[in-house]
Amino acid sequence: MSVTEMFSYIQGFLSADQDVREEIRKVVQVLEQTAREILTVLQSVHQPSGFKEIPSKCTKARELFCTVRTQVADLKTKFPVEQYYRFHEHWRFVLQRLAFLAAFVVYLESETLVTREEAAQILGIEVVREKGFHLDVEDYLAGVLIMASELSRLAVNSVTAGDYSRPLRISNFINELDSGFRLLNLKNDPLRKRYDGLKYDVKKIEEVVYDLSIRGLAKEMDTVGDK
Amino acid sequence: MNRRDGRFRKHFSASLTDFLFPVFQQELDTKHDKYERLVKISRDVTIESKRTIFLLHRVTSVPDAEDILNEADVKLDGVRQKIGLIAEELRGEDIHQFHRAFTPGIQEYVEAVSFQHYIRHHSLISLEEINARLVFMRTETHDAQVLTFQVTPSDYLLGVADLTGELMRMCISSVGNGDINTPFRLSQFLRQIHDGFSYIGNTGPYEVSKKLHTLRQSLGKVEDACYTLRVRGSEIPKHMLADVFSSRTTLIDPDEGVV
Repeated sequence: MSVTEMFSYIQGFLSADQDVREEIRKVVQVLEQTAREILTVLQSVHQPSGFKEIPSKCTKARELFCTVRTQVADLKTKFPVEQYYRFHEHWRFVLQRLAFLAAFVVYLESETLVTREEAAQILGIEVVREKGFHLDVEDYLAGVLIMASELSRLAVNSVTAGDYSRPLRISNFINELDSGFRLLNLKNDPLRKRYDGLKYDVKKIEEVVYDLSIRGLAKEMDTVGDK
Repeated sequence: MNRRDGRFRKHFSASLTDFLFPVFQQELDTKHDKYERLVKISRDVTIESKRTIFLLHRVTSVPDAEDILNEADVKLDGVRQKIGLIAEELRGEDIHQFHRAFTPGIQEYVEAVSFQHYIRHHSLISLEEINARLVFMRTETHDAQVLTFQVTPSDYLLGVADLTGELMRMCISSVGNGDINTPFRLSQFLRQIHDGFSYIGNTGPYEVSKKLHTLRQSLGKVEDACYTLRVRGSEIPKHMLADVFSSRTTLIDPDEGVV
């Protein structure tokens, strides 16, 4: 093979690669749009009026996740399944966003942490790489950390809206999350940097709880339930 | 939320730290450990490949290159064994998940093996030829297993880009040794490679665009050497040829600060 022939062959390969990436980009753009729509729906819970409407917002978000599943199914067709990580960078951001939104919906519904399996199910993807297009554990964890920030904001806005018990529950939840994350041996990578932000969320929520308790506004969760 | 949440919360809290996150910890540790192992092997591949390249440069100063080429063969076989270890680590994995760990070593290997190929055959080794030699037999239990490592087109490109730097060095040292033919042959070959890279332009990985700049400089130096030899070669005593070449290049690089 001459030099020219070799480069011609390589060019063909690179060209085909670019075409695949272009197709992927198009679907990811659509996915990002849907993610923004879900975020718009869920963000309204921060409004004082929004608190009562949480269940209906969760339902609306769940409906939008249907659309997500369809769009993800389309994304899967754009490249060979065993080359997930070759193109992973293209959807990493939106998948983390979607993991966050799934975690947020589940929290609003049940005040629990969405499991990786549940998050994957909501998005219509696998958990295990060998089974197909999957949710990488680091992307799931990144989504959870994004949610932690959202919850610290929710704690603040709950107080403003007059709900003084929610911040306590959020505080317990975030502290448990923090204990969980402490078990991980993280490298100096983006996940580690995002995890470093968690302590600020913890602190912010602690301050809210402190503000409530010294003013006698904080009540134990049990007594709230008894009312 | 009611009273049962007290118990529920305690159960939930235990599950995070007892069940959920330990699983994540293990998964992340396994991945990081494998990544580190690959980085270590890749470093060995880089070192041995670089040593092979140094060895191969000596062909310009000996009458018979065969001994050096044979020694290089042995070294490169050793490097291939290491690449076999990489292939084993990647068995069953998505290779792109770990690509950044071993790409430096692989690029260095491509550089070394294509350098050797050029010295022997005066041509560019193809990606297919490289990959054909990265097939490993593993006889575990009763079945022979075939393990392959495939160099990607982009790693091949990057390795070849680095090769041009070595070819430029070879050109300089061959002029210094009074070899008037090699520079012209090298110049032609380098030009073909440079044209190939121009054809690819920015459709390649972005590191290629960066290396294109260095490649142009290398080509320029070689072309200037050929010009000097052609125009003034017969006037200059052999032992001064190298000096002419280096002073010519310093004239072109104003930031080197030489008049």
